[in-house]
Amino acid sequence: MPRLKHFFRQLLLYKSATVGLAIILGLIAISIYTVFSIPYSDAIKLWRAGEQYWLDTPRNALPSWVNLFLSKKLPETIILDTENPQVGVSKAIISAGEESSVIKVEFVFDYRYDDFPSEINLFFKSSYNSSPPRLTIHWVKPNGEDIVLKSMLVAKDDRYYISNDEKLARRLRSTFSVKLNRTIGYDLPILVLLFAQEDESLLDPGTAKVMKGTYRLWIDGIAFEKDVKLDAKLVVYGKVYGWAGTDHLRRDLGIALLWGTPIALSFGITASVSVALIQIFIGALCAWFGGKVDTVLQRVTEIFMVLPFLPTLIMISTLYKFNIWVLLLIVILLSIFGSGVKNYRAMFLQIKEFPYVEAARAYGASNFRIVTYYLIPKVLPTIIPSMVLSVADFVFLEAALAILGLGDPLAPTWGKIINDAYVNGALYKGLYYWVLEPSVMLALTSLSFAMLGFTLDKIFNPKLREI
Amino acid sequence: MYLRVAKYLLKRGIALFITVVVAVYISILIANAGGYVDQIIKSELYISISQSVRQNPAYKALNETQVRALIEEFYANELKRIGFDKPFIYRSFIYLMDALSLNLGRSLFISSDSGSRSVRIIILERLPNTILLFTTTQLLLFFIGLLIGLLLSRRYGSILDRIFVLLAPLSSLPGWFYGIFLILVFASFLRILPYGGMVDVPPPTDRFSYALSVLKHMVLPIMSWLVAYSFINIYVRRTFFLMFSSEEYVELAKAKGLPESVIQKRYILRPTLPPIITDFSLTLIASWMGAIITETIFDWPGIGRLFYTASVLFDTPVLIGLVVIYAYLLAVTVFVLELIYVIVDPRIRARGG
Repeated sequence: MPRLKHFFRQLLLYKSATVGLAIILGLIAISIYTVFSIPYSDAIKLWRAGEQYWLDTPRNALPSWVNLFLSKKLPETIILDTENPQVGVSKAIISAGEESSVIKVEFVFDYRYDDFPSEINLFFKSSYNSSPPRLTIHWVKPNGEDIVLKSMLVAKDDRYYISNDEKLARRLRSTFSVKLNRTIGYDLPILVLLFAQEDESLLDPGTAKVMKGTYRLWIDGIAFEKDVKLDAKLVVYGKVYGWAGTDHLRRDLGIALLWGTPIALSFGITASVSVALIQIFIGALCAWFGGKVDTVLQRVTEIFMVLPFLPTLIMISTLYKFNIWVLLLIVILLSIFGSGVKNYRAMFLQIKEFPYVEAARAYGASNFRIVTYYLIPKVLPTIIPSMVLSVADFVFLEAALAILGLGDPLAPTWGKIINDAYVNGALYKGLYYWVLEPSVMLALTSLSFAMLGFTLDKIFNPKLREI
Repeated sequence: MYLRVAKYLLKRGIALFITVVVAVYISILIANAGGYVDQIIKSELYISISQSVRQNPAYKALNETQVRALIEEFYANELKRIGFDKPFIYRSFIYLMDALSLNLGRSLFISSDSGSRSVRIIILERLPNTILLFTTTQLLLFFIGLLIGLLLSRRYGSILDRIFVLLAPLSSLPGWFYGIFLILVFASFLRILPYGGMVDVPPPTDRFSYALSVLKHMVLPIMSWLVAYSFINIYVRRTFFLMFSSEEYVELAKAKGLPESVIQKRYILRPTLPPIITDFSLTLIASWMGAIITETIFDWPGIGRLFYTASVLFDTPVLIGLVVIYAYLLAVTVFVLELIYVIVDPRIRARGG
């Protein structure tokens, strides 16, 4: 124990090791938090549920904290739901006689952001027997102007994508053309028409300014039935969401960023530790037994060194869509006959001749005992640095497979996010956060292990320290 | 003595050849997924034959059992023609012989840009691209590592030295990872370099601007590898030189008052060069197999991309062609290096294996 304490004191003398260790501890803390707060099955469900689950989040939204650094504030998402009464939501359904009822719904919200929302949708849930309610939807801008958006019959589970309504767009463009006495281009989106200040700047989406103030969406409906029920939900999608933003399927990137941590750590650490230990064992067997055992294992190692590692792995994972833990096993199996075996064998060939090994042999220790108790512990300290350093390689290997589209199809990992971002042209579209967030996590992980590894190298291999 | 050397070299040569043979055979087994690819080819063959029989107006008069019998007959003939009537194990040895004699055959799915299905042409079309990119990269890395490493080993403990040692962990991130950042900065944000590819679209017609365009496309991939691997290279070389400069014969040379440059060249560089050259030549050969992910990120039409496409499509002949070429290159390089060491290093000659 005092030796361990001494070791840690020595380790912390190096600044880079302290930083590295602190980051690793932070990552472990994140992993523990994640595993307990979002169970794995929930995470997969959230990540794989698709757009059915993520209805109320914006597409490709930046993380919320970017607003701290921007002079033009980007909008948050505004959700108003009649099932969830709050200020600004009101609903009334009045039976008018035996045969009909009148529906009134009103959503009022303040909009004080500097940029336009990304989408607006209306979701309906209704129940009726034979006659669906007919609704007229109105939009009232802060200057009091009332625009009829649409008249529609609602089905039981219906939605109205306001920002995609081309018919409405055409109508609005012509109204505004008349009002401003200018032609309005076809590329002017509905959101600008609904939210912009009505002056010359409106003509170009680049210069259009938001009309700040209180907006109102009200619905006037009638149904020819007595017991009609209707609930409506208005979602004004913003351009920022959560601490991590969202991807092209409206999913919260935070889930994959969080869950990526325990997956990356366990993948990297398990792979590096088991590969190193098995390689040492093989090296020790070669050196201790010599002769035929040595020849066979040496040749096997050479064959594996000729085999192309990544293409073999790609072939295997194309053939079978493995989950990440089977993939881990295969990575380990393909790596155990690596060049490390040759290095360890050379080390053991020297150690084999040491007097204490000879002594062990003299008192009759078995082969197994000598290999596991006398040879392997002797080299263990010298290989710990390379073991720590190789964690990063394996973390990146998993990411690389995911980027090629060959990783675990279910697990939310960092590589998966980068893959999604790449496939959807994030860099072309300027959605940098999408690539940067997982990249920063990957970089932090591998840098922390590398900083620790380099310091361990100095401590365990004193020859490096002296010079 | 020559006899002993010859015997040693012969022994090494045979051992290397056996390694190549076994490695190629294993990759044949893997690339065929233990016969799985056969199933795909057979079922595709069956479908295409039955379609052509059923659509042929000449057989319209036949009834269902006769049509079936006809299909089976054509199928059996076709299997015999492509040699699939023999069991997989038997054929795997034929594949092995073909591969070892560099009779690479025709690909299953991939075709070259000129439309050829010959594996040799497909590989030869991609190889120059990869060699161009990665040999340039490796040469740059080699000289950067050697020169700065030597400089730092001389100025051991200086601020410059400490900065480079501090930066060494940056190399734990792979080249393609820096590639993403470089694309982000130089292609997407600054818009001064291309996102990827090898030449502008459409390609320039005259030679000079074509070369210039290729050069422009090479900048980011090369830079990503330099950023990723320079620091570790410098660190390793520096440490290596430092270890050698504390040897006694170097101390003696210093004591004799030899000039610094002579000590550098004759007492440090010369004895350390053989392992460095070995390292470099093996890295260079390995780099000719391309870098799958770097080439994917930068959309570089090289061997790495070919390897990837072939593995995903299970284009066995292409995969085996690549593996066999790599195995031969590696074996020949190792053999040549051993030959050089026998000539250069008197210790090996004395042992004679």
